[in-house]
Amino acid sequence: MPSRDGPAVVEVDDLVKRYPRADTNAVDGLSFTVAPGEIFGLFGPNGAGKSTTVGILTTRLRATGGRVVVGGVDVGRDPAAARAQLAVVPQHNNLDRALTPRQNLVYHATYHGVRRREAQARAAELLERFGLTERADRRIEAYSGGMAQRLMIARALTHEPTVLFLDEPTNALDPQTRLLIWGQLRELRARGVAIVLTTHAMNEAARVVDRVGIVDHGRLLTLDTPTNLVRGLAGDALLDLTVTPAGGDDPDALCAALGELTGVRKAERLATPTGPPGGRPGGLAGVGAGGAAMLAALAAGGGRPGGGRLAALAGAGLLGRGGGAAGNGGRGRLRIRLHLAGDAATLLGPAVAALAARSAAVNAVDISEPSLEDVFIELTGRQPR
Amino acid sequence: MTALDTPTPLRPATEPRSRPGTGRVFAAVLRRDLMVTGRELWVILVQVGLTPLFMLFVFDTVLGSQGLVGRGFADVFLPGIIALAALTTALQSVALPLVKEFGFTMEIEDRLMAPLPTGYVAIGKLVIATIRGLLAAVLIYPLGALMVGSAPWRPAGLPLAFVVALLGAWIGGAIGMSLATTLPVQRINVTFSVILTPIIWTGCIHYPWPRLSSVPWYQVVTALNPMTYVSEGVRGALLPGVPHLPGWVCLTVLTGVAVVLTWVSVRCFNRRAIQ
Repeated sequence: MPSRDGPAVVEVDDLVKRYPRADTNAVDGLSFTVAPGEIFGLFGPNGAGKSTTVGILTTRLRATGGRVVVGGVDVGRDPAAARAQLAVVPQHNNLDRALTPRQNLVYHATYHGVRRREAQARAAELLERFGLTERADRRIEAYSGGMAQRLMIARALTHEPTVLFLDEPTNALDPQTRLLIWGQLRELRARGVAIVLTTHAMNEAARVVDRVGIVDHGRLLTLDTPTNLVRGLAGDALLDLTVTPAGGDDPDALCAALGELTGVRKAERLATPTGPPGGRPGGLAGVGAGGAAMLAALAAGGGRPGGGRLAALAGAGLLGRGGGAAGNGGRGRLRIRLHLAGDAATLLGPAVAALAARSAAVNAVDISEPSLEDVFIELTGRQPR
Repeated sequence: MTALDTPTPLRPATEPRSRPGTGRVFAAVLRRDLMVTGRELWVILVQVGLTPLFMLFVFDTVLGSQGLVGRGFADVFLPGIIALAALTTALQSVALPLVKEFGFTMEIEDRLMAPLPTGYVAIGKLVIATIRGLLAAVLIYPLGALMVGSAPWRPAGLPLAFVVALLGAWIGGAIGMSLATTLPVQRINVTFSVILTPIIWTGCIHYPWPRLSSVPWYQVVTALNPMTYVSEGVRGALLPGVPHLPGWVCLTVLTGVAVVLTWVSVRCFNRRAIQ
């Protein structure tokens, strides 16, 4: 257990949940722990079992098997006592519409045994922290999505939980609100609150989460820090090549040839983009005339075998021009992703040379850092659920 | 204010929270519903007043003036109307909000997440429904008297009438909670009609139960409706001279039904709240 400040405050041990009349387990032997002051990301595709897991941890669902402890309380044995330890911020707006925003906070605190005067003081402080003081006494219906989300987080904090569960906390929010929420979560972590969050905005969450558990089909696929996960599974860099193979060349053989280059950990074919190439921001997208010349120079300067030929090929127009959907309209093109063990720049030359050797035209090159989302896709596949 | 503001240091989060007392949490949950009830008093008045007062007006004032209904009918009818108000107001005031709170807004989650056994949240709902039902009964008594110009008045019978109305309201709340937590939202309206209409028309609101001996099969049907015992209990307490079911029979049956329906409704609530 990567303890930060003491024993785990969330312990999930061999958790199983099977819904009535279901053929398979929604959660199938899940185990993990969360330390005080740790932000733990529970990620997974839709229907992977993360909501069920959080539902059991927050006492709203009853486990079929296994043991769950939150804040030192066995959730199955004493759910009411466990609820004193935790707070939940759901994805949907479940604010009490019969109450004003301020009353939502005050009443919530009193539901947790906080005296009314103290509850009012806490509500005022939290409304201030979340920028809601001016609209604290209006109707909930007048709140925007971002305001409702801030109010729900503020509400969750009124009884000072040991563990905070958040389901998609920044879903469909503007950047300002997202910044505010991530900032508040960091502060809570600093105060020792354990945070369990589920989100699909993984790359954004990767900046704040300490550890990530990726679940699918109710099982834990991996559990580590975001950095270790990315380095271990996705490699140090990604090189995406959009190429047009020579007539008669087998796309799979071409992909395999690239995979055999030194420094390439894995080569995989991606779906051919329908829009302009180079979707990943910051990439070297769309190899036009200038780009082709640069690539040629890079390959030649690298002094690697084939570099000179590449320059010649570029000059002869074998490198795709414009890189966009122009030309042959994208037909016959391939997108190949190379997961690299080292720096992408050093591999660019050999990769382009290998393509040139097979008379394949390069339409676009895109270099990027691998992300948590890449790890996620790697583990859970590309098929939508 | 910015995200960089330093929050006031509160309890160190690593210290386990002590669980607050059940009584205090229950009182806090109840307080919320009481506050909302207090604010909706006029809604209760409308909810309570319209149907029974129109019934009184038509059956007594209109039909009475045409000579179709005897002069004593209002006295027999008003206790039934008080009983009806207690039971149906409680039923509606728990069922309709619960359908909403358990529906897509899931507003009740905040209270379900209170450190309190879930059954207490359900009991809290029944308590509030009973208070609303009793309030309705207490309000309809003078309003009805004003409408028809007179009312049976027997202070000695008021305690029994109150207890019977209380049990009736509790039963109404339990029926409402069972329906709201088990039926799919899209069927709730039709079920209300299917359940409420027979409760009203076989509940001996308009007539004393012993006089149904002229239609024995209907007398049996009405004996199966808890509403009958509420009507008869209130009527017997306020009009001992009119033939009625004995008070102890009404109290025994209503207590038994209340116990069974409390168990059923809390169970339905728990099953809905925790899957």
